[in-house]
Amino acid sequence: MMENKRVDEPTGTETVGHEWDGIEELDTPMPRWWLWTFGLCGIFAIVYVVLYPALPMIERATAGTLGWSSRGQLAQEMDAADQARTTFNEQLARVPIERLPDDSALMQQAVAGGRAAFLVNCVQCHGSGAAGSMASSNLAKGYPNLNDDDWLWGGDLKAIEYTLIHGIRQQGHNETRFSMMPAFEGVLQDAEVDRLVDHILSLTDQAQPSAEGASLFATNCAFCHGADGGGDRTMGAPNLADAIWLYGGTRAEIERQILRPRNGMMPRWGERLDPVTIKMLAAYVHSLGGGEDFVEVAADPAIEVDESS
Amino acid sequence: MNRPDPIRPNPDAEDALFEKRTQVHPQRIDGNFRRLKWAVMIVTLAIYYITPWLRWDRGPYAPDQAVLVDLANRRFYMFGIEIWPHEFYFVAGLLIMAGIGLFLVTSAVGRAWCGYACPQTVWTDLFQHVDRFVDGDRNARMRLDRAPWGAGKIARRGSKWMIYLVISFWTGGAWIMYFADAPTLTVDFWSGTAAPVAYITVAILTLTTFVLGGFLREQVCIYMCPWPRIQSAMLDEKSLLVTYKDWRGEKRGSLKKAAKAPEEFGDCIDCNQCVAVCPTGIDIREGPQIGCITCALCIDACNRVMDEVGRPRGLIDYATLEDCEREAAGAAPKPVWKTLLRPRTLVYTGIWSAIGLAMLFALGTRTHTDLSVAADRNPPFMLMSDGSVRNAFTLKIRNMESRPRDFTLALDGLDDALMWTGTVPRDQAARSLTVSVDADQTRAIRAYVAAAPGTPAQGFAFLITSQGEQAETDRSDARFVTPEEAAQ
Repeated sequence: MMENKRVDEPTGTETVGHEWDGIEELDTPMPRWWLWTFGLCGIFAIVYVVLYPALPMIERATAGTLGWSSRGQLAQEMDAADQARTTFNEQLARVPIERLPDDSALMQQAVAGGRAAFLVNCVQCHGSGAAGSMASSNLAKGYPNLNDDDWLWGGDLKAIEYTLIHGIRQQGHNETRFSMMPAFEGVLQDAEVDRLVDHILSLTDQAQPSAEGASLFATNCAFCHGADGGGDRTMGAPNLADAIWLYGGTRAEIERQILRPRNGMMPRWGERLDPVTIKMLAAYVHSLGGGEDFVEVAADPAIEVDESS
Repeated sequence: MNRPDPIRPNPDAEDALFEKRTQVHPQRIDGNFRRLKWAVMIVTLAIYYITPWLRWDRGPYAPDQAVLVDLANRRFYMFGIEIWPHEFYFVAGLLIMAGIGLFLVTSAVGRAWCGYACPQTVWTDLFQHVDRFVDGDRNARMRLDRAPWGAGKIARRGSKWMIYLVISFWTGGAWIMYFADAPTLTVDFWSGTAAPVAYITVAILTLTTFVLGGFLREQVCIYMCPWPRIQSAMLDEKSLLVTYKDWRGEKRGSLKKAAKAPEEFGDCIDCNQCVAVCPTGIDIREGPQIGCITCALCIDACNRVMDEVGRPRGLIDYATLEDCEREAAGAAPKPVWKTLLRPRTLVYTGIWSAIGLAMLFALGTRTHTDLSVAADRNPPFMLMSDGSVRNAFTLKIRNMESRPRDFTLALDGLDDALMWTGTVPRDQAARSLTVSVDADQTRAIRAYVAAAPGTPAQGFAFLITSQGEQAETDRSDARFVTPEEAAQ
């Protein structure tokens, strides 16, 4: 192709000697400093290979003299994040849970931390929106909704924290929240169950009450659920006079719960999580929209039990 | 002149691939365009160095720096204007205006940006004046270049590079002042307590200014910058260019030769002054070329020579290609205003001002109150123990004024519903609540809206009104979801 090289008249530059449909390419020489930048890039590359992990070997890449690794950097950044949280953690550890709302900044942080912990530990049963298994959904019923204002064992910060620490119906743990709905299968006749369900539904104006139903309720149910069906939080006995049904509110579902009751359980998080995380979880659950104010008197369960019995 | 020989019997292989750079030593010149260049340089450098130090009172809740890009708080301040990140279209609009402005200038007066206002040109010009100050003018510098390294040369080079470095450091230092309160940052910078990114930025910009302005200079324009290529494509036969009028100048000859045979020679006396003053080292007489930044210093040089030899000025002049043909044919050139006011430039001007006016209008009519609503979707509704249905929403209220303000948050529609928030408890639920938002902040609040059992699913709206004088309002539509609707 050498013979086709020619000098382009307007630019005075030699062409490379090829020609495509009349288009030729100028062989413009590169500036010399361009070559230097190429050399500098080469030097940079060599320095990089020495300092940082670079050459792939059979097991792993060469380590590099700086000892840098992306995992190491992550660990460092996680440490730094933990460090940044120590003040907050110490503060939270010191504050009694019922005093937490006094410090709104601390409360906000606790709620944010609780949201993260909730997604790791609680969503398996309560759902990612903390909505449990809602009565209207087709999912398995029995996991409480934590967004509403209906609480089985109490909805103030201290009660929630207690439930979290000790769990519900944990065998072999004295402080756990414990109660047992008895099974009435074989105890009550079918007709009696019908009257009883009528009475329960009448509490929310969904059925006609009857004297027999009222008397059955007073004999069998009122001890735990209260004479008016309002429930008892010290025993986790649900309020039967509200719109929320943990195991479903249809006639069949109520009947089933009377005859073959289910008693939900919750793990003791006190033996798995640290106290600060539990406080954060309590704050988060409390913040979901149904949290109740802490009242000093209500914290003493003995009083209420005596009054209702 | 630098063209390779047409016939190269045995070219050195390396020479063919790489070209040694020819140092450019432009000569001092005075004239109208040089004075214009001085003026542009002083104005642009002054804008760059002084702007961050201007103050602008915005009250106690906002910084008092006139121009500030507050990256940490995501605010951009420019005198009376404050821009939030969601209003970035103003910045995009400014960039589009800058682009169209460049089209306009290029189609009217060619590469005027390159010749006068480009930072690379301004700083190169500045550094060339440093050269002239330390080493003397063109001939002295060429002599020094060729001289062997000795004590004198080392001293001169050392002091020149020190001045380069000081200017470069100043340039880098001024840049970071746009991103933080300038007086505070200056103190922090020198006491070693400024953020690492400040030192790194200054170091990088010092290095690039030093290298690009001190050494690479015209190489940046010729080899690195895309603009010359793009601008070349935007020029047409009606754009003003620095042009050597060859029909008048050729054939070149010295005064002596011309005196002997006046009819044989043109006006160009081949004094090479146009080449000597050129900051990119080209010969304008070879015609329009990529190396010409149209700084017009050759016009100054040639005019002076023409005055001295008693020939008419304008042998090298701003002219359009069309006019050149007309003049060469002996006709009179078009008047300059006709060249500037032609459809193409008018269309560019129209687009440019339309965008500008639209932005001014948007700026003048924007409100400083904004509400956005995100409904909870998990769970979408909540059955309460009394049978009522509750929906939860996250509201974001923007207070874009630099003072704390109270807002009235109200429900519009959904007549029997009440609302409470994360801070207003349920027993104080109402249809309208007061929410205060800090100065220049966005506040997110959780709002719970509950309606009596049996309320059908329906649309409604949140309405926010700033309290006090000059009430601003914003509304955001939402939907009330019920179990009945969800079951369908």
